[in-house]
Amino acid sequence: MSDASLWADVAVAVLGGAIRVGTPFLFVSLGECLTEKSSRINLGLEGVLVLSAMAGFAGSYLTGSPWAGVLLAGVAGALLAMLHGLLCSLPRVNDIATGIALMLLGSGLAFYLGKGLIQPQAAQIPSIELGMWSDSAQVQAALRINALFPLGLALAAVMAWALADTRWGLIVRMAGDSSDAARALGYSVNKVRVLATMAGGFIAGLGGASLSLYYPGSWNEGLSSGQGLIAVALVIFARWRPMACLGAALLFGGAGALGPALQSVGIGWGYHLFNAMPYALTLLILVWTCSPKRALQGAPMELGVSR
Amino acid sequence: MSDSRLAVVFDSVVLPVLALAGALLLFGGFVWLGGASPTETWMLLFKGAFGDAFSWQNTLQRAAPLMLTALCVAIPQRAGLMVIGGEGALVLGGLVCAGLPYLVAPPAGVAGTVLVLLASALVGGAWIALAGVLRQYRGVNETISSLLMSYLAIGLFKHFVEGPMRDPGSLNKPSTLPLNESNLLGLMPGYEVHWGLLWGAVACVAAGLWLFGSTHGFATRVVGGNARAARLVGLPSHRLIITACALGGACAGLAGGIEVAAVHTNANASLIAGLGYTGILVSFVARHNPFAVIPVAILFGGFGSAGSLLQRRLDLPDASVLVLQGFAFVLILASAALRGRMGDWLVQQQAVRAERVAHETSRARLAREQAALDAARKEAA
Repeated sequence: MSDASLWADVAVAVLGGAIRVGTPFLFVSLGECLTEKSSRINLGLEGVLVLSAMAGFAGSYLTGSPWAGVLLAGVAGALLAMLHGLLCSLPRVNDIATGIALMLLGSGLAFYLGKGLIQPQAAQIPSIELGMWSDSAQVQAALRINALFPLGLALAAVMAWALADTRWGLIVRMAGDSSDAARALGYSVNKVRVLATMAGGFIAGLGGASLSLYYPGSWNEGLSSGQGLIAVALVIFARWRPMACLGAALLFGGAGALGPALQSVGIGWGYHLFNAMPYALTLLILVWTCSPKRALQGAPMELGVSR
Repeated sequence: MSDSRLAVVFDSVVLPVLALAGALLLFGGFVWLGGASPTETWMLLFKGAFGDAFSWQNTLQRAAPLMLTALCVAIPQRAGLMVIGGEGALVLGGLVCAGLPYLVAPPAGVAGTVLVLLASALVGGAWIALAGVLRQYRGVNETISSLLMSYLAIGLFKHFVEGPMRDPGSLNKPSTLPLNESNLLGLMPGYEVHWGLLWGAVACVAAGLWLFGSTHGFATRVVGGNARAARLVGLPSHRLIITACALGGACAGLAGGIEVAAVHTNANASLIAGLGYTGILVSFVARHNPFAVIPVAILFGGFGSAGSLLQRRLDLPDASVLVLQGFAFVLILASAALRGRMGDWLVQQQAVRAERVAHETSRARLAREQAALDAARKEAA
């Protein structure tokens, strides 16, 4: 096999992987974007991702329908995120510490309840074949996309429009930019934030369903490792714009797919290093885009995570 | 007990104890929903943690690294940072401890042990100090960066342990070459626990003395309490914060080195056991006070040690300890909302009492003063 075709194969695999691996990133970053627009930072999305992946797998396994699993995953995500929202509503409770606590609680609950789900197979989310025009099996495999991905695309567009042009979006943004203004208009800031966190958790739960019901398509304890956290950093990178979250998720999906892509063409060296690429990339991007002196453009003004 | 002392004890002792008791209750309810008996669970938790000498040995062995990883959260928190990358520092510390002999043969005996442990502490300190530098000079949130760095560290660890540093003899479970026998941390004479426990406790006491008894520690606390005031007073906040991060990271790196030198004798995947994450919880329960970390770490070591008993006897998954820890963490954080309420309530009671005194009639005042005189006379007699 010539070098050129080798690299072409890797490129195609990365492209396909960008969508495959990027779908959970997309949903979690959209969910976190909504939460952070109301100026709550939910670091517990890592736990939400794992718990909703397990719930989705369980739902699909028990009912035989992957879409029931997807719904259950969303609900599980919303419930855990509701706990985060309620905890943070209490006085003197630190957002970030609560997120860490829910990361641990979500993972613990998921591993505990999911013990019986490691072996069985559950009905998977159907794929949409976009590569029918090609003869190459690799291109076909690369262009086989998750049925949830178009939903994510639509969600990003809807969220961008809703945050900018609807009353609900304005209320969420008000709670995020100026709680005084929201209170002056009679909205309960806490309630808005809890609802935004719950909605964000539901959306992130859809990403979890993608993990366990599409790729990798099974439930085990190593399913997610830091993807929820990368998504939180993605939102900062995307400057809290839903459409930019889409682009960032695809970029990171491609970076995350590099390791398996290289393995698929036989390059096994540095597997762990390539798998660590998304984290390094996230860190580099954070270093590049953050600044100690000024607040980031587009940051909700009440948010405490970016200085 | 004076009112203010009572309020302080309530906030720092009673609330955490109540939160932990609540977590145990919730956990009992949780396993009951799964079909096991709560009372049996609680009894097994106690027995597995503190029941007999074997449990104690297990508990203390697990508590040793927890003391150090909790310091990795507590010391930076006192400087105002929320660093949760102790897992990464621990893993890198373990890697360097097992990896130093590949580069430089350490001298035999205690000197060699000190050398490898020092190396692991240095690496851990540098790792977390990097997170501090990123925060101070680039404004990157330290929670996110330290957690990302810990995933990076785990990736690096796996790469080296399964690749360049792999022991050819380790087939099933990739690990590095074992440390020289003479460089291992032995057991304390008379007890079945390794020296790492003592070093953990010493580190906690030293950290507490530094934090509360030295000028540098005080300056760190000022920076943590109010960064702007610290800058107004002219404290070198960057240096203080990065030093605090380095100290915390050194403790976590040392924990990794001790785990390799005392427990595993080489670096392999069982080093990545979530000790860093449990350390976060230990630090929160101890209210980030290094002295309090010692008993809390023993308690959480007990939970971990009881987990295997729960698994064997009640057939509960080993993630049950994670669930208990999750409940404990959530309740500890929720109890923060009640902090200060006792103090407020006591002040309120005092105001009511004072008002009562101000409004009493002169006859009642005479009676009260007579009673006080009688009591004083009785005491003097």
